[in-house]
Amino acid sequence: MATAFADIEPVVQAEAPVERPAKVASRGGATASRLQQALARQGKALLAPMLGIAVFIGLWAALAPMVQTSLGALPGPFEVAAQGGALFDEWQASNEAAAQFYAEQDERIRAGTQVLAFDYAGAPTFVDQVATSLETVALGFVLATVFAVPIGLAAGLSPLFNAAINPLVQIMKPVSPLAWLPIVTMVVSATVTSADPVLAKSFVISAIVVMLCSLWPTLINTAIGAASIDKDLLNVGRVLRLGAFQKLTRLVLPSALPFIFTGMRLSLGVGWMVLIAAEMLAQNPGLGKFVWDEFQNGSSQSLARIMFAVVVIGLIGFLLDRVMMSLQTLVSRNRTV
Amino acid sequence: MAGVALAGCGGEADAPSSKATGLAKGGVEKPVLKLGFIKLTDMAPLAIAREKGFFAEEGLNVTLEPQANWKVLLDGVIGGQLDGAHMLAGQPIAATLGLGTRAEMIAPLSLDLNGNAITLSNRVWSMIEPNLPKGADGKPAHPIPASVLQPVVGKFRQEGRPFKMGMVFPVSTHNYELRYWLAAGGLNPGYYLPGDVGGTTGADVQLSVTPPPQMPATLEAGTIEGYSVGEPWNQAAVKKKIGVPVVTDDQIWHDNPEKVFGLRRDFAAKYPGTTAALLRAIIKAQAWLDADRGRNRAEAVRILARPNYVGADEDVIAASMTGKFTFGPGDTRDAKGFNVFFDRFAGYPFYSDAIWTMTQMRRWGQIPADHDDGWYTAQAKAVYRPDLYLSAAKALVERKVIPASALPQTDGFKPVDTGFIDHVPYDGRKPNAYIQSLRIGLKNGQKVTASGVTGG
Repeated sequence: MATAFADIEPVVQAEAPVERPAKVASRGGATASRLQQALARQGKALLAPMLGIAVFIGLWAALAPMVQTSLGALPGPFEVAAQGGALFDEWQASNEAAAQFYAEQDERIRAGTQVLAFDYAGAPTFVDQVATSLETVALGFVLATVFAVPIGLAAGLSPLFNAAINPLVQIMKPVSPLAWLPIVTMVVSATVTSADPVLAKSFVISAIVVMLCSLWPTLINTAIGAASIDKDLLNVGRVLRLGAFQKLTRLVLPSALPFIFTGMRLSLGVGWMVLIAAEMLAQNPGLGKFVWDEFQNGSSQSLARIMFAVVVIGLIGFLLDRVMMSLQTLVSRNRTV
Repeated sequence: MAGVALAGCGGEADAPSSKATGLAKGGVEKPVLKLGFIKLTDMAPLAIAREKGFFAEEGLNVTLEPQANWKVLLDGVIGGQLDGAHMLAGQPIAATLGLGTRAEMIAPLSLDLNGNAITLSNRVWSMIEPNLPKGADGKPAHPIPASVLQPVVGKFRQEGRPFKMGMVFPVSTHNYELRYWLAAGGLNPGYYLPGDVGGTTGADVQLSVTPPPQMPATLEAGTIEGYSVGEPWNQAAVKKKIGVPVVTDDQIWHDNPEKVFGLRRDFAAKYPGTTAALLRAIIKAQAWLDADRGRNRAEAVRILARPNYVGADEDVIAASMTGKFTFGPGDTRDAKGFNVFFDRFAGYPFYSDAIWTMTQMRRWGQIPADHDDGWYTAQAKAVYRPDLYLSAAKALVERKVIPASALPQTDGFKPVDTGFIDHVPYDGRKPNAYIQSLRIGLKNGQKVTASGVTGG
């Protein structure tokens, strides 16, 4: 049964050994050698990446002006940073405009010339788009987890159920988000009929596409985790006459947790990538739409603004991954049965 | 940027609105609205209505959202994500006729006249340029007919390659203008099979769909040899030195109708006050854009250049918005009527304009069967709604915002029009006779099959 999922397994094993040498080293040895090792660690942990980034930026600055596009030369790091500043200024200007709008509206309402209070209807700034994307990926990720973990547990515990869903999972797993998008769009548009829904249709569409694509890593890893539980533990459970629910909460879940979190980490990474593509294609608010709008603008600043967005997308993806990784290590450490 | 945004959103907007929200009170059923647009300069009336506070004056809180392409925009309006949109004149007609997605749509207002052009790649331009008749100033004589392309298309065919051009949507004015220009020059742009959107049956020149903002990139990539699109995407080709605009749509059909403001019929029926308020705000913006022979155009260009509207560079937008049009580099000519938003009754939705669009749909096979003249008039009256336009405009005349002379005395049909590049007269009351009079195109009784045109 595990053969079908074998490609996922090494991820957990690769994570675990990294911690061990560090622990061993910090326990023994003289102060001097500890310092040396610390320095060496620092060098590896900080200096090398900084050097890498510096070389990359240097190469970028040197090579970018040599690439001529119809929008002018490819922007270098300084132009991109300048556009980052400009985007921040736009956000501040928009906040000021919104504040002024509300102040004037309050005045009008007090004076009785306006009945209803409106929300400020300014164009979304870059910061707003980042926030929208984060909210969307969060909803999609939560939905994916809510669906994937129970199904994965069931598949891990029952070889029969696993055999039943395995072909479906294998076929659905490689489907690109862009193929799901038209179907999800039509279904959501047809089912959400209220004129003023609680969640915007575009938001729901993006979140469901994220869910459909990030479901599978969590599902598969959960199944592996639940299936690979130590047989001795199950025997102990049988001896203690644990009920089905207790068996699940006391034995299966704790031993499967590291696997589940590995799956969730992969899911979040996939979800973030999927979201940007879905937003670009469906023109749903978010970072993807920002990138596409700027591409359509085709002004002399557009390329620099797109590059800035690319950097931000990368940084956010990296941060999301780090958050999930620390959660994962936390869960793996406190694993007790 | 910050300063402009503040001036646009705050200061100027609110002085008049405190007076005017009282007028609109009670009339507006749905004040919070989202309108869609495509990044083209002819969305200007919407951006101006927003930024100059005309929407706010009518008690509306409007968000404007750029859309990826015309299909996404249309689906947004049909699906209700958008309350209304900047639309191609053919879109509400096609949706109501059931060509593509079927939905009951109306066009109560025309946004502008003219505003498009046809651009050829540098390669094709260099092949035709030496043979063009020149004027006294050494520049090519205008308008340039499509017949000059015939040797190029022939050469492509000899090499076994199709000659491809881009337009923005199967039912777009750009498609019909490009087809008109090609057909007037003796080149067949191809027929649509029933239900297909390719439209390349029997084509000398193969046309394909590309969203407006991607036109320059697609031309640059060599996928197409030319395109028909609205501004600023022809001027962008000049600026990027990747192509040369050869003919404007004003030269193909003088003062042709271009975009409309489109919305669902049930929206207008459910929210009549909101619809009227929207129309009043847009008419005010149109009047502002054409006031005093374009005094406000420079400011309009600055607003349109913001990234959340058209977003192209100011000089590119200004190149077509300020009474000039640049053909080749160094070949800038006067084009006073290139964009008309208010003058010459630009906002009034004429039935005869809708019927012209339908004659072209029939000419190229999108309407697969013949219909009598009465059918054309009935369809036009179902979609184009001058009654809504007039009631909104008359309210503005009463408030002395626009002069009474800005409203046409008409039954919705323009007089016989001979302003086409080939001077074939068009009478909106006799669409079938008009279809028969066009040289290339389907005639009475003809149908398109995969092997070609049959019957007739």
